Amino acid sequence: MKAIRIPGGLSFRAEPRAMAVVGGLAVLALAAGVVLIGTGDFTIPPADVISSLLGSGSPAQDFIINELRLPRVLVALLVGASLGISGALFQSISRNPLGSPDVIGFGQGSSVGALIVIVFLHGGTVAVSLGALVGGLATGVAVYLLAWKKGVHGYRLVLVGIGAAAMLTACIHYLLTKSTLVDATRAMVWLTGSLDGRDWAQVWPLLVLFVVLLPLVLVYGRPLRMLEMGDDAAYALGVPVQRTRTVLMLCAVLLNASATAAAGPISFVALTAPQLARRLTRATGPNILASACMGAALLVVADWGAQRLFGESTLPVGVLTGMVGGVYLLWLLVTERRAGRI
Amino acid sequence: MQRLSAESVTLGYDQRVIAKDLSVEIPDRSFTVIVGPNACGKSTLLRALSRMLKPSEGQVLLDGQAIHSLPAKKVARTLGLLPQSSIAPDGITVGDLVARGRYPHQGLLRQWSPEDERIVQESMAATGVGELGERYVDELSGGQRQRVWIAMALAQQTPLLLLDEPTTFLDIQHQIEVLDLCAQLHEEQGRTLVAVLHDLNQAARYASHLIAMRDGEVVAEGTPSSVVTAELVERVFGVRCQVIPDPQTGTPLVVPAAPRRAALVG
Repeated sequence: MKAIRIPGGLSFRAEPRAMAVVGGLAVLALAAGVVLIGTGDFTIPPADVISSLLGSGSPAQDFIINELRLPRVLVALLVGASLGISGALFQSISRNPLGSPDVIGFGQGSSVGALIVIVFLHGGTVAVSLGALVGGLATGVAVYLLAWKKGVHGYRLVLVGIGAAAMLTACIHYLLTKSTLVDATRAMVWLTGSLDGRDWAQVWPLLVLFVVLLPLVLVYGRPLRMLEMGDDAAYALGVPVQRTRTVLMLCAVLLNASATAAAGPISFVALTAPQLARRLTRATGPNILASACMGAALLVVADWGAQRLFGESTLPVGVLTGMVGGVYLLWLLVTERRAGRI
Repeated sequence: MQRLSAESVTLGYDQRVIAKDLSVEIPDRSFTVIVGPNACGKSTLLRALSRMLKPSEGQVLLDGQAIHSLPAKKVARTLGLLPQSSIAPDGITVGDLVARGRYPHQGLLRQWSPEDERIVQESMAATGVGELGERYVDELSGGQRQRVWIAMALAQQTPLLLLDEPTTFLDIQHQIEVLDLCAQLHEEQGRTLVAVLHDLNQAARYASHLIAMRDGEVVAEGTPSSVVTAELVERVFGVRCQVIPDPQTGTPLVVPAAPRRAALVG
């Protein structure tokens, strides 16, 4: 750790390697975003994309870039970053790499919310997003209350969450059987998780929530580092244990729910981003910023891959993250088992 | 009026009451050791004194104020605790772990002052882990690890330090090491130490003030030589014994009576 001191008594402490990783990943995410904007039926070179983004492109390209493709990339960046932070927070709180929102039922909760809107209310896009948001939040509160036993503890949270995930998956199938063919098709598309056709209407709520929650998460990230040493040790250091945990869980649930509302349940980004980020930074603690940048980079790259790797047919991004993430989960289970942690 | 005391507290978990109407004063600048058989409530008392456990009745007073009404960070600048089990985060170095002891003295915009740096170095030197700063905590032996945790508690710079069974899981050499360190902190730095110990002889040797508990009540307290008598050991622990002066220190030494069977054979 290196200390940075500013005259006037201000001082900060950070790991140089972690800061370099955050910077590198941020650049990678943005660069991949520029490439992704240039990708499509009408290919635009990165230099033109950048000049359009800076406001000096040709009108035709401006329209394609700013109205059609930029919102999609922004949604990808914000959803990826939100999922990354949400995963980092849950994994740190539960002290368990499996304590990720898509493993412990929050993604499934959002899906049930969205499907209820699709199947029973036949609502539009905004209504479906709202349904996903409400479903995710309700699941968050329910899991939190069920896992509560004089405070929330990691292992209980993961077990209760996995149980909730199983029940909610059953609900998803029930809702699909109750739907008409048209609704079922729509539901299946939503359930895959996709960035297709995302526009500015999805960007704004994501952006507002992200900008509001990020500072809060960073402020509480300091006590969260102390919590990793156990409740007693954190308490002894003057950390308000339950308040820290409650605030951060609420932030994580909100970030995950808003990401799912915007793009559907994109699996495995929340699980893998924090762990990959940690491997790069080699720093203790939740690695919040690195996880955010890693999540954003992962999702943008995955979206590019989903559009380009399979020839003419483009895939929803959720299929790609699901396939890659599934392999990762398997590997994780094996290594965790070897380390004797599960 | 001592700085830390419990005033007629009732302590328990859920509905199970462990101690009722218990009052204890920790003498300032003492090395107080709490002893007693398993489940006598000694760790529970320590948890209450360190505000981990809120009494259902009565209160714990720190400098005359109810400890649970004080801000958590403020208490953490006066009273430190070495919990029974702490988790060293994966891949943390000794220096970074000890540095976490400075948390209650830091703010969001004042995260690392030269004073923090100095105190961390001093704490590591005092506990004999000064050379290990760059090592990973996972690589250390049990005794070294415990000294690192104590260094972290020291870096908190609290006049009062509570230790919950600091010698559990350590072999005899490391037990002595940790207790010698505690005695040194008490004598040289004038800190008030409160520890829960299992070994009565170690307690008698190191404590300046002894509290003996049984069934959630304080049976006796005072200097080790006034508390540790054959009669009291039998009453508290249910063990017949002889108490002789420790040949090294002159403090009471408990020698359990030989079983009758052995006496017959002999």
